[in-house]
Amino acid sequence: MKKRKTFDIIFDILNYTFMIILVIFSLYPFINTIAVSFNAGMDTIKGGIYIWPRVWTLENYKAVFESGTVFHAFFVSVARTLLSVSLGLFLTSLIAYVLSRKEFIFRKQITAVFVFTMYFNAGLIPNYFLIKNLGLINNFAVYVIPGLVNAFNMIVIRTYIRGLPESLVESAKIDGASEFKIFLRIILPLCKPVLATVGLFIAVGSWNSWFDTFLYASSRQNLSTLQYELMKLLSASMMKNASSAMAAGGVNAQEMSAKLVTPVSLRAAITIVAATPILLVYPFLQKHFVTGLVVGSVKE
Amino acid sequence: MKEGAASHQSVPQRPRDRKYSWDAIKKQKELILMSIPFCIYIFIFSYLPIWGWSMAFQNYRLGKSFFEQEWAGLKHFKLLFLDEGFGRVIRNTVAMSFINLVLGFATAIILALLLNELKNRLFKRTVQTISYLPHFLSWVIAAGIVSSVLSSDGIVNDLLMKLNIIDKPVLWLSVGKYFWGVVGVSTVWKELGWNTIIYLGAMSAIDPTLYEAAAVDGVGRLRKMWHITLPGIKPTVIILLIMSIGRLLEAGFEVQYLLGRGMTMDWAETIDIFALNYGIKIGNYSLGTAAGIFKSIVSIILIFLANGLAKKIGEERLI
Repeated sequence: MKKRKTFDIIFDILNYTFMIILVIFSLYPFINTIAVSFNAGMDTIKGGIYIWPRVWTLENYKAVFESGTVFHAFFVSVARTLLSVSLGLFLTSLIAYVLSRKEFIFRKQITAVFVFTMYFNAGLIPNYFLIKNLGLINNFAVYVIPGLVNAFNMIVIRTYIRGLPESLVESAKIDGASEFKIFLRIILPLCKPVLATVGLFIAVGSWNSWFDTFLYASSRQNLSTLQYELMKLLSASMMKNASSAMAAGGVNAQEMSAKLVTPVSLRAAITIVAATPILLVYPFLQKHFVTGLVVGSVKE
Repeated sequence: MKEGAASHQSVPQRPRDRKYSWDAIKKQKELILMSIPFCIYIFIFSYLPIWGWSMAFQNYRLGKSFFEQEWAGLKHFKLLFLDEGFGRVIRNTVAMSFINLVLGFATAIILALLLNELKNRLFKRTVQTISYLPHFLSWVIAAGIVSSVLSSDGIVNDLLMKLNIIDKPVLWLSVGKYFWGVVGVSTVWKELGWNTIIYLGAMSAIDPTLYEAAAVDGVGRLRKMWHITLPGIKPTVIILLIMSIGRLLEAGFEVQYLLGRGMTMDWAETIDIFALNYGIKIGNYSLGTAAGIFKSIVSIILIFLANGLAKKIGEERLI
């Protein structure tokens, strides 16, 4: 018995140590980026910045917000995210409501056709031509319309609606309410927790995507998004070409050297600007998305 | 099932058909009307692109109408399978998704088991919240972080040199044979915490009396984990494994595109990048489409195999 107790204590110590190491692994790269973003660019080049800036400065952030390109891209990102979330939530929960109704005669067929899209994709080039034929190339709508409704989010909301008492719908029907009214007035207000979850999923997807800009809107600078600007900076810095990196960031090279902002420090500042909005939100929705994910991943 | 067969013999019209009578349709016209726009939407964005597969059987030229295109039969598929590069692309795709699968499953299950052993609730919640953080970063940000962590003066080389494991910096991102490992470890870093959510959910559904009974019998901690917790999450693990079979060719392309460079392309190029390079960059749409069709068809076959497998072992069907 005593042996077991010492084993338990050793296990706990090792386990807690492991968790602390895990936390460091998850957090360190991000904290390091924050430190670099607040450190003077020329000083960062010397190396040795870990978790705290050595020469404090706000110049990197100033460069980000004074650069018209990045500032504009920030607003495009905000706009696409807000539109995707509001439209996507409404439409996804509408179809989820319809498919949650057990007596609906086409429920199985429509669900199957829908769920199949989780596993099937016609491919990059046919999709490109579809977007082109729909006139969505270099069009802001390409950020919102193609990803409006997806099967996974539908399943998560549908499962939640199924958990609500059926008598709600039945008694409303007896009162003569139309299906749309039942959805809008009764079901939707009860769905707040699951809408928070799916809203987060949609927001993260929209805010974080860069590939749609790259593929469908890269020739229109005023449609560029924050993630795409960051991607251009990243690929330029990988080519180790500082001047093109600066040009990619939309920051005038002369302006930059005058302010002692380097591509590395500029990238760090944009990274923090691009990451912060979501990192501020997700901890508060943790309880909801945990349940939503468990429901959506395993259930049909 | 039996009932249906019996009624089929005695009554010519099966009860099934009555379900779709005009009466039923009229009664549910609102639900039907509400679902029609979605069906059209799904048709356009998910199924209509299949029409584009015709490009793979033509020598597709931009600006010509469908009827003016020159038909080429299976020429592009032959070219594809004769292309030495395509074999390499398939190897990369399968290898990376396999590595991600094995690493992803193993690390997530182990972490979930260990998290489940934490008694301090606040500590457990804090660790969980922090471990989700990298999941919420985009791959652009994650790739930036990976490239600076792995750079010649990055922290990984720093540490390895201080520990005297290496005597000069390793150029992790410039050597082809490291690429799969770099992608695997980066993916684990990004998704580890997130992937534990489902397993922890399954663990919280395990009947606590099982643990109590085991404690009364004096069963130790490791044996409880092995004999109660692991069997408790087994159905979840199996269904997730089966689902991932259908995604064997979905190695992704974001991370490969962002971290790959000229010198590592032989190891980084996946089917999607191949299609992108041939199709949209060079303008050989036919070959790019053929590569995409190959991927789609293999994925469909895999998902139906997985679906059948799931049915066989008595799990919920996926589709």
